[in-house]
Amino acid sequence: MIELEGVGYSYGGGELLSDVSLSLAPGSFHFLTGPSGSGKTTLLKLCYGALVPTAGQVRLFGQDRRGMDRDDIAMARRRIGVVHQDCQFLDHLDVAENIALPLSVSARDLLAEEANLRELIGWVGLRARAHARPPELSGGERQRAALARAVIMSPDAVLADEPTGNIDWEMSERLMRLLIELNRMGKTILIATHDLALIRAAKTHVQARVLRIAGRRLQLAGADL
Amino acid sequence: MTVLSGLLSQLLPGDTQADRVVPPSGFTATLTLFTAAAMAFLAVFALALSLATGRLADSWSNELARTATVRISAPEGQMAAQTEAALRVLETTTGVARARALDDAEQAALLEPWFGPDLPLDQLPIPRLIEVTETEEGFDTQGLRLRLAAEVPGAVLDDHTRWRKPLVQAASRLRLLGWLSLALIGAAMAAMITLAAQAALAANAQVITVLRLVGAQDDFIARAFVRRFAVRGLGGAAIGTVLGCLAILALPSARIEGGFLTGLGFQGWHWLLPLLIPPLAGLVAFAATRAAARRRLEKMP
Repeated sequence: MIELEGVGYSYGGGELLSDVSLSLAPGSFHFLTGPSGSGKTTLLKLCYGALVPTAGQVRLFGQDRRGMDRDDIAMARRRIGVVHQDCQFLDHLDVAENIALPLSVSARDLLAEEANLRELIGWVGLRARAHARPPELSGGERQRAALARAVIMSPDAVLADEPTGNIDWEMSERLMRLLIELNRMGKTILIATHDLALIRAAKTHVQARVLRIAGRRLQLAGADL
Repeated sequence: MTVLSGLLSQLLPGDTQADRVVPPSGFTATLTLFTAAAMAFLAVFALALSLATGRLADSWSNELARTATVRISAPEGQMAAQTEAALRVLETTTGVARARALDDAEQAALLEPWFGPDLPLDQLPIPRLIEVTETEEGFDTQGLRLRLAAEVPGAVLDDHTRWRKPLVQAASRLRLLGWLSLALIGAAMAAMITLAAQAALAANAQVITVLRLVGAQDDFIARAFVRRFAVRGLGGAAIGTVLGCLAILALPSARIEGGFLTGLGFQGWHWLLPLLIPPLAGLVAFAATRAAARRRLEKMP
C-alpha cells in the first residue's frame, strides 16, 4: 500500500533521513517514535506524498511518487487520512463542514453523505459541537474532529502526527481507542509520537509494530516497547 | 474558444462547494470591483475616441479627396475673362465632374468669420474662387496645373492635398491611439486583478494547504478563486460601462460648430459596442486569476 525502499531525504544541505525502508501493509498498525527533530514528520510527509525523496523510492498504492503528478497526489491523499498535531482547520467553516471537507473537494454529494457524516460526528463524540467553529473547540475535541475528517472518505490508511501532543491523558486514551477501532475495521494506521506511555498502553489492545528513528535511520524499537 | 468555454463552464453553473471553502477575500474584493469599474469607464471613453476619430478621418478623407479649388488672382479688368478661361479649361479636363465659380455672396460668406458681415468685396482685391468637383477617377493634377499655367496665368490650383494629408494622418493616429489605450486599459486591468488575486491567494495559503492535505486537486482550488474574481471583474465592468455610457450621453450632441469634441460619442449601432466591455473584462479577470492561481499552486506541495 505505502512502501519506502532505501529512502533518503536531504534538505538545505543536511541529510534528515537515510536508507529508510518501510512497508505499510493493509490492516497493519505502526507506531513511529524518536526524539523531537529526528525526522518523524518528514517520514510521515514522505508517506502521504507531500515530499519527494532525494534518494530511494516511495510507492503509494503501487505508483512511484516521482512519476505522480499533482492530480495523482491529490487522488492518493483521498485514500490516506492525515491527522496533524495542529489539526489545520478552516476557521470560517463549522466543525461539521470541516469534517466534510474531503467530500466537498472530491465533488461528492453532501446530501447523500449526510447520514454518514452525522454518524461519524457521533462516533468521535462531537454531536453537540457540530456547529461550533474550530477555535471554540478544546484540544481533545480538535483532535477528534481532525480524526473524523481524516476518515470520512473511508481511506485505506490513517497517518497521525503527534495526535496526542496537545491533549491530556484521558483524551489521548480516547483518541487512541478510536484509532484502534479503525484498525479493527481494516485500516492501516501509522502514528508518530514521542509518548512512550501511550504506546505501551495501546499495545495492550492492539498488535503494533514500534519503529524508532535514530541517527537518521529507521529501526525496530527495543524490547521495552 | 477553449478559454471562453472554460469561463462559461466555471461561471454559469457556479460551484457552491468551491466557493464555500475559500473565505471572503476582504479588501481584494473591493479592489477588483473598483479596478474593473474604473477601467471599464475609461474603456468606454477610449472606444468613443477611437470611433469618433475614425469617423473624422473617413469624413475628411472622403469629403476633401474629391474636391479642389482654383484661385484666380488677376487685375480687375481681367478677372472675368480669366475666370471664363479657367472654367473652359476645367470643363474640357478629363476627371472633372463639375466646375463652378463662387458668386460674391458665397465668397463673402466664406470670409465672414474673419471680417464680419457686409464686406465690400468689390472694393477689395479678393481672388475669385472656382469650386472643382472630381469624378470617381479624379483628374491629373500635374497636367491641369500645366494647362492652367499656359492658358490662365493668374490661376492657382489647390487640390487640398497639402492640408488634407496631415489632418487625415492626425485623425488616423488618434484612432490608433484610442485602440492602443483600449489595449493598455485591458493590460492594466489584468495586472491589477493579478495582484489582487495573488494577494488573495497569499492570504489564503493556509486554506490552500488544508485543501491540498484533504485531497483537493488544483482545478478545484483555482476554480474557487477564478470564479470569484471573474464575477467581480464582470460586475465591476458592467457598473463602469453603464457610468461611462451615461457620461457619453451627457456630452453635448455633435454640431459642426463644436468641431471634434462634440462628436465624441457613439452613433447608431456603435452604441452596442460598449456591451462587449463587461464580458471582455470578465474574460481578462478569468485569465489573469487562473494564471496567478496556477503559478501559486504549482509552488505548493
